Amino acid sequence: MFGNTTLTQFLFGRLSFEAIPYHEPILVVTFIAVAIGGLGLLALITKYKLWGYLWNEWFTSVDHKKIGIMYIVLAIIMLLRGFADAIMMRVQQAIAFNGNEGYLNPHHYDQIFTAHGVIMIFFVAMPFVTGFMNYVVPLQIGARDVSFPFLNNFSFWMTTAGAVIIMMSLFVGEFARTGWLAYPPLSGADYSPGVGVDYYIWGLQVAGVGTTLSGINLVATIVKMRAPGMTFMKMPIFTWTSLCTNILIVATFPILTATLVLLTLDRYAGTNFFTNDLGGNPMMYINLIWIWGHPEVYILVLPAFGIFSEVVATFCGKRLFGYASMVYATCVIMILSYIVWLHHFFTMGSGASVNAFFGITTMIISIPTGAKIFNWLFTMYRGRIRYEVPMLWTVGFMVTFVIGGMTGVMLAVPPADFVLHNSLFLIAHFHNVIIGGVLFGLLAGVNYWFPKAFGYKLDPFWGKISFWFWQIGFFVAFMPLYVLGLMGVTRRLSQFEDSSLQIWFIIAAIGAAMIAVGIAAFIIQLIVSFLKRDQLRDDTGDPWHGRTLEWSTSSPPPDYNFAFTPVVHDHDSWYDMKNRGYKRPLQGFMQIHMPKNTGAGVILAGLSVVLAFAMIWYIWWLAIVCFLALLAVAIGHTFNYNRDFYIPAENVAATEDERTKLLAQRS
Amino acid sequence: MIPQFKIVGRLLALLTLVMLSGCNLVVMSPSGDIAQQQAELIVVSTVLMLLIIVPVIFLTLFFAWRYRSSNTDAPYDPEWHHSTRLEVIIWSAPLAIIVALGAITWISTHKLDPYRPLERIDAERPVPADTKPLTVEVVALDWKWLFFYPDYGIATVNEMAAPVDVPINFKITASSVMNSFYVPALAGMIYAMPGMETKLHAVINKPGEYEGISANYSGDGFSHMRFKFHGTDQDGFDQWIARVKQNGTALNRDAYLKLEKPSAKEPVRYYANVEEGLYRTILNMCTRPGQMCMDEMMHIDMSGGAGVESHENRARLEHDNRHAGEANENEESGRPGPGATFPATGNPAKTDQPAQGVNDRTESQPQTTDHDMKDMNRDQSGAAPPQLNNNPPAQPAPQP
Amino acid sequence: MSQTHVETRGSTTDAPQFYLTEEHHPEGSTMLGFWLYLMSDCLIFAVLFATHGVLGRSYAAGPSPADLFDLPLVAINTAMLLLSSITYGFAMLQMERGAKAETLFWLGITGIFGLIFLGLELYEFAHLIHEGAGPTRSAFLSSFFTLVGTHGLHVTFGIIWLVTLMVQVGKFGLIPENRRRLMCLSMFWHFLDVVWIGVFSFVYLMGVLG
Repeated sequence: MFGNTTLTQFLFGRLSFEAIPYHEPILVVTFIAVAIGGLGLLALITKYKLWGYLWNEWFTSVDHKKIGIMYIVLAIIMLLRGFADAIMMRVQQAIAFNGNEGYLNPHHYDQIFTAHGVIMIFFVAMPFVTGFMNYVVPLQIGARDVSFPFLNNFSFWMTTAGAVIIMMSLFVGEFARTGWLAYPPLSGADYSPGVGVDYYIWGLQVAGVGTTLSGINLVATIVKMRAPGMTFMKMPIFTWTSLCTNILIVATFPILTATLVLLTLDRYAGTNFFTNDLGGNPMMYINLIWIWGHPEVYILVLPAFGIFSEVVATFCGKRLFGYASMVYATCVIMILSYIVWLHHFFTMGSGASVNAFFGITTMIISIPTGAKIFNWLFTMYRGRIRYEVPMLWTVGFMVTFVIGGMTGVMLAVPPADFVLHNSLFLIAHFHNVIIGGVLFGLLAGVNYWFPKAFGYKLDPFWGKISFWFWQIGFFVAFMPLYVLGLMGVTRRLSQFEDSSLQIWFIIAAIGAAMIAVGIAAFIIQLIVSFLKRDQLRDDTGDPWHGRTLEWSTSSPPPDYNFAFTPVVHDHDSWYDMKNRGYKRPLQGFMQIHMPKNTGAGVILAGLSVVLAFAMIWYIWWLAIVCFLALLAVAIGHTFNYNRDFYIPAENVAATEDERTKLLAQRS
Repeated sequence: MIPQFKIVGRLLALLTLVMLSGCNLVVMSPSGDIAQQQAELIVVSTVLMLLIIVPVIFLTLFFAWRYRSSNTDAPYDPEWHHSTRLEVIIWSAPLAIIVALGAITWISTHKLDPYRPLERIDAERPVPADTKPLTVEVVALDWKWLFFYPDYGIATVNEMAAPVDVPINFKITASSVMNSFYVPALAGMIYAMPGMETKLHAVINKPGEYEGISANYSGDGFSHMRFKFHGTDQDGFDQWIARVKQNGTALNRDAYLKLEKPSAKEPVRYYANVEEGLYRTILNMCTRPGQMCMDEMMHIDMSGGAGVESHENRARLEHDNRHAGEANENEESGRPGPGATFPATGNPAKTDQPAQGVNDRTESQPQTTDHDMKDMNRDQSGAAPPQLNNNPPAQPAPQP
Repeated sequence: MSQTHVETRGSTTDAPQFYLTEEHHPEGSTMLGFWLYLMSDCLIFAVLFATHGVLGRSYAAGPSPADLFDLPLVAINTAMLLLSSITYGFAMLQMERGAKAETLFWLGITGIFGLIFLGLELYEFAHLIHEGAGPTRSAFLSSFFTLVGTHGLHVTFGIIWLVTLMVQVGKFGLIPENRRRLMCLSMFWHFLDVVWIGVFSFVYLMGVLG
């Protein structure tokens, strides 16, 4: 009997049937729905014999365009999960009054708000942003691919692996109940002994490897792979913001990695970094995590600013106002974002001078941000604004974001922060900038670049429905939270006593429901557009009268992006080419050097998931086996020297001739 | 689409109206002077920023309407992209606002520093020279608040009171995880952290019953970690003290160790007398018998540590896993687990670490051989047990 | 990308060129990419150094550096790592000459120095743990073991990489790919040396003397 127990423990660690939440009706239903949906999807893929296609053309692809699209698909799937969490919280908070405990006990509710934050930041916003940077940057700088195509594939799969680990916590064990940044000592082994925080740690660590490597990759790409003639001050603004974002990624994600390693050691090895006892210092974790966390905000928002810059210039039919000041503003924001982290915890009792310093540096960031807003504003001035869906999102952003900016500066005044910190006012503020800034930008980007990626536009009707529900839903959902914040209501509460608050939570829940309609309209937009793709088809490759190089090639672009490497003279280079009578070359095609697909990324990421799972559940033998396998696969991969091939000139010619015919038909 | 923008605007206006007319915006109309000044700061900074924000929103909507593509009357200048004059304005206007706001920030941050003793009771009255401030020592427990009134020798749970117009000096700490002490009507919040003391100086100006909360998530029972803050006149306060003294029991280490265990929705409790130095031992995380106090540890560390032969100190400094041994017992009896977020999976806290720690501790205390911490405490209850940490902190390092 | 190969628009001579008619070969980004990786790794060490800076004197009423560290041993250890950096330099010189056998020889020597370094470090760790001064004893020891251990792990992976590269050089010769990889490992190895100098000065010397 005893030997049996040890054997079971050896084999399964702390994993047992109790870890499966079969006694939780909500989770069981979710699981059944996910299982049926998943099985259905697998059956469809099998029925239409798509496995080979998916594996060869997508999963193992090193093509930055396909990887970019896969990142965005991941982000949209995770958006659904993260938003489901949001709806559950809104409903709980709308009903849990007067002794009514709601339908979620704290055990669940605490997991949900943690998961919501983690998923929205790490597995929605990050892959969304990375997906755009992957897709667009090489096209904008006239490159064939990124600097390290295999690394790109590996990064994507590591991000996905992180998402898989987080999703597993839904059905095996539990997720962290600590808030999205897992402050110790609450997240330490003594106060959170279960697997929740371990899921959190390993999910973020695995995804973090992907993010860091992808950051390195894109910095190298932008610095080294630009088309001839494209000096730094001729780069498109989106490329500029991507460069700054990726520098921030390379310069901050290692801090997150190291901090989480220390927390891991506290939990697994019994060290005393962030414990209360034996000299540990939990305040150090809070400092370290925010030294990563604040730049992270700009990692998300800078690319969105870049998207708005592209969209506003394109749809106003006008050069971007103040290109140089836009670039300087981006760089200033990048640098300043490092010296503001303490504003996340003015209330920890640092001295007045320290607080005032960080408060003022925070305010200074609003100067370049304000300059950006003015630049977009004066781009609209004397423009000819076409209200296509991306432009709607941009105008919606400008109106919404300035409100978020204003409340942000209010929070930066330390004495004001003492009464607003951790309140729903704070929640409203950061949703105001993350939804109104980042998400609006990303959705503008989806509508803007979709025709480039797939060759047909997105249906504008459903796009507008989606926009208006998002826009109005946002205000209905979050303005009540500003009010509640001023009523002294703080965040992360699952039950309330003061019933006068209830009406505000109900309004907020209605707003969340409107956003749900907005998301549904977005999904419908994708489906309708696919069905109507022949009507919406764009053969020109330049449906919006674009200004940057990605619009100079076909939609979707060929594997090699450009048959001939473009030469750049201006920062709106495609606009410049069109103006000065550029003619598409029709002959003289050459063979093109391209990287080969590889499955190593999928395998390494898959092994990482198993390794993380083994570590989470203390299945040490499996962890060791996986680690050795990871090492072996990685080393084995380096023995493969045969990583590239040439697209023969005749294939290039055939592809280009087809496009020539298509363009001729049109005219 | 332009009318729809108006809908948004109208919605905003409506919300603002409702906001102004109805609900209790305690943050904007508080009852304590500090919170009042903080609210004024919110108003000032909002107004300052609206100087920029309103024109931007207006111009955005105006340009969006004026330069729509269907309006061919509007000028169209596709190459216009630079104007030094405008660039100077768009950088310097925000800069001017931020310079003003920065100056306000610097001054107000120092003036409203929670560590700074009060200089005034409200906008008109300075603190009288002969005023003796009320000291309140606050401990955030899992998931209730413990208040010590050292001047009166009493303590309360989940209820506190203070006379109006008398400065209050809060000293704040926590027993296990981070919380935030916040009475919105009184003053801004400050974190409550284990092993550390934060300070808050505040004054309540209007009598009344106010809400106090933990503003920093701390685990399962967090939502109910509330207390009532009574602002009363001096008579009312004296009566309250008398009531606590009359109805209260005694709070000694043993009672505290029981109270400290995680529990939610605790009723109000009164303690008529408090064991000498209890707050100090809580702050220094040495309430449990046999534990070394933080200040003693720091003193030893300052003088270069206690050398290689100091193994017994380790167990004496373990604090976090103090409920670990009870985990399974609690699970069996169906009570909520001890850790702030103890899992439903029912696994013990750390695998090996806590067991060792408990063993070490037992070895270092030959007076009992019982492994069960709770029983051990019970054995030693009553009179203060003979232990090192009752001594003043200047205790020299235990050299071998 | 000289002008003569560029197709120009129409017949006017001052017309701009809009594309290259020969294949564009951007300069390699491997060195930049690897350098960026090293900088990100450097940040991990920066966090660990900062942590040690904060916790380095939190002995938890336990042993301090002066009680624990054996400076002569650490000095020998430092010498081993510095020597390995020099021998790696010799290997790179031989690589430049195209001498495969000599390159492999010096790489081997480097690996041996690396192994001695690791052995001494493990001995030191084992000794500390035996004395009851393991990583769980105090925050100071937690940060010490983590900082030094992370460096040690890097050296371990460096050695695994070194052996892999030796096999690859042996099998495929000093082909451009392998030269590039040797360059990368060289940067990595010297980087670890620099980090160790930081560890030696800030953790050991300042710990014992300061």
